[in-house]
Amino acid sequence: MTAIFWKELGDHLGRRRFLLTLFLIVVGVLWGLFILAREVDGSSVTSNEFLFLRTFTSSSGVLPPVLFYIGFFGPLIGIALGFDAINSERAQGTLSRLLAQPIHRDDVFNGKFLAGLVTLTIVLVAMILAIVGLAMFVMGYSPRSEEVVRLFGFGVLSVVYLAFWLALAMTCSIFFRNAVTSALVSLGLWLLSTFLIALLVAPALADLIVPAIETAQQKVDHANWQLWLSRISPSQLFNEAAQTLLNPDVRFTGVLGLERAAQFDRLEATPISASQSLQLVWPHITVVFSLAASLIAVSYTKFMREEIRS
Amino acid sequence: MTGPLVETHGLSKHYGNLRAVEGLDLRLEEGEVYGFLGPNGSGKSTTILMILGLTEPTAGTVSVMGHDPTRNPTAVKRQVGYLPESVGFYGDLTGRQNLLYTAELNGIKRREAEGRVAGLLDTVQLHDAANQQVAHYSRGMRQRLGLADVLLKDPRLVILDDPTLGLDPAGIQWLLRLIEQMAHDQNISVFLSSHALEDVQRVCSRVGIMSQGKMVLEGTIEQLTAGQEGGGFEVQVEVDVTTDAVLTALRALPSVTRCEATGRVISVASTEDVRARIAETVLANGATPLEVRSRNRTLEEIYLRYFQPEEARA
Repeated sequence: MTAIFWKELGDHLGRRRFLLTLFLIVVGVLWGLFILAREVDGSSVTSNEFLFLRTFTSSSGVLPPVLFYIGFFGPLIGIALGFDAINSERAQGTLSRLLAQPIHRDDVFNGKFLAGLVTLTIVLVAMILAIVGLAMFVMGYSPRSEEVVRLFGFGVLSVVYLAFWLALAMTCSIFFRNAVTSALVSLGLWLLSTFLIALLVAPALADLIVPAIETAQQKVDHANWQLWLSRISPSQLFNEAAQTLLNPDVRFTGVLGLERAAQFDRLEATPISASQSLQLVWPHITVVFSLAASLIAVSYTKFMREEIRS
Repeated sequence: MTGPLVETHGLSKHYGNLRAVEGLDLRLEEGEVYGFLGPNGSGKSTTILMILGLTEPTAGTVSVMGHDPTRNPTAVKRQVGYLPESVGFYGDLTGRQNLLYTAELNGIKRREAEGRVAGLLDTVQLHDAANQQVAHYSRGMRQRLGLADVLLKDPRLVILDDPTLGLDPAGIQWLLRLIEQMAHDQNISVFLSSHALEDVQRVCSRVGIMSQGKMVLEGTIEQLTAGQEGGGFEVQVEVDVTTDAVLTALRALPSVTRCEATGRVISVASTEDVRARIAETVLANGATPLEVRSRNRTLEEIYLRYFQPEEARA
C-alpha cells in the first residue's frame, strides 16, 4: 500500500489540478487578511478578545467569514482529489494491470484515500497557518494558548469535513465509469449540501410541517424543524461546529425553547472554555465522520467484489 | 510442486441469462504453452479473469498452483504475470517509471528493480524509448512494455490475453519468438488466448478451442489435425490458364477425390501425395503450373469448421 500511497501523493502534488487548490488557498488567505484589516481598523478591539479567532469568524459586510469560505469551497478540493480516483485507472486500462500485481484490492482504495487525505491536510494546515502567521505579522502579538487549542480543533474539524468530500468523490469514481459523470454528480451533491438544503429544501419542508407561524411556540417549532432538516447537510454541520469552536461566545447550538431562552437571558454572557465548546460540537464531528466512514464502506463493498475487465 | 499449474472443474460464469462460461474443465501443466482459442465473446477473457480472481465464478472451482484465486488472490498474483487484452500504462510516466512502479508493487527492492527493469527494457527493445512518456508510445511499444511488465515479477506462469491483437506482422513474429524463449529458456509456462491461429499453431504445445462458453476441442496440434475426417492431402495449383481438359485429366488421376477450380487456382484433394503427377498432368494438357503447394489440414480449417456455422447464424 505504501507504494500506491507515495505514487498518488506525488500525483496529487504534481498535477496541474493542484494549481486550483493552491489558488483556493491563496484566495482564502487574502480573504482572511482583508477581514483582519477591517477588524483592526474598526478599533473596537480590546486586548482580551480572541482576535485571531475573529479573523476566521467575523464577516466584513461584503465578505462572509473565512470559515464559511472553507465550508463552501473546501469540498472542491476533496472532490478534485477524488472524483477520478478509480474510474481514470479503469479508463486508462491500468486498473487491471494494477490488480494483477500481488496487492490487495483495498490497498488501492486505501492508498489513494490516504494520499488524498494527506494532501488536503497539507493544504488546510498551510492555509490556516498562513492566515494566523499574517495576522501575527499585522497585529504584532502571538495567539493565546486557548486560541491555539481552538484553531487546532478547527483544523481537525476541517480535515474531517474535507475527508468526507474526498470519500464522496471516490465513491462516485467507483460507481460512475465516466470521470465527467462522477465529477458532475459530486458537484451536484456539493451544491445540494452547501447551498440548496439550507436555502431551499429545509425552509420549504419546515413550512410544510409547520404551516402557520403565529404564536411564539410555532415560531420556535418552525425554526427547530428548519435547523434539524438542514442538519442533513454536512456543510451545515461543519458551519455550526466551526462557529462554535472558533467563537467562545457561542454557548449552545440549535434553537432554544422559550423557557431555556429565558434562563439564558438571566445568565451573564461569559465566554465558555475550549473543552466546553468541543463538547458542544462533538455530535457534529461524529456525524460527519460517520458519514465519511459509511461512504467508504459502501465503496468497499462495491469495489471489492467487482469484475475488473480491461 | 507436482500438481498442475491451473486446474478448473465445472467452471461457470453467468451474466444474467448469458452463459459466458459453462462447465469448463481446464488443466495446465508446468512448462506448457497452451493456446486458448475461440472467436470474440466465446468466454476466453472471462475464464482468464476467473483464473486471476478478477471476477468470481458463478459455479465451479479454480485452483492456481494450489490456491483459490478468489480467496487468496495475492498468492496467485505473486507467481502469475497477466497481460490484459488492452494493456494500459500511466501516460504521464516514462516507460521506465511505469516498470519501476510495478516492481515496487511486487515488493522488489529499488536497487534490484533498477537493474531488472534495465535488462527487461533491453529484452523488449525499448531501451531507447525508456525515458519517454508512455503517452507517446505506439500500440506495439505498449504491448512490448506490457510484456516487460509481466516478466518483471519473475513469474512461473504468464497469461497473455490476445497479445497479437493490433500488432503488425513483424511485431507478431517478434512476440512469438519471445514466447518461445520464455517457455524454453526460462521455463515459464504460458497461457495464451488468441484468435490468430497460424501463430498459436507455431508456438503452442496444446490448444483448446472455446465456443459459446464451452470447450469444444482440446489436444495437441497433431492430435487435432490428425483426427479430422476427410484427412489426406490437399494441393493447390496455380496455372497460367484453366481449361476443362486440365480439370478432366486431373479428376481422372488415381486417388484424387475432388478437384475444383477457382479462377486460376485449382484445388485438388487426394488420399495420397500426388503433387508430381498433378504437375505432369497440367503440363501434358497444355497449361503451365506456376506454383504447386500442399496444404496440410491446418488448425484454421478445424477452427473454421466450428465457427462458420456460428458466423452464418449471426
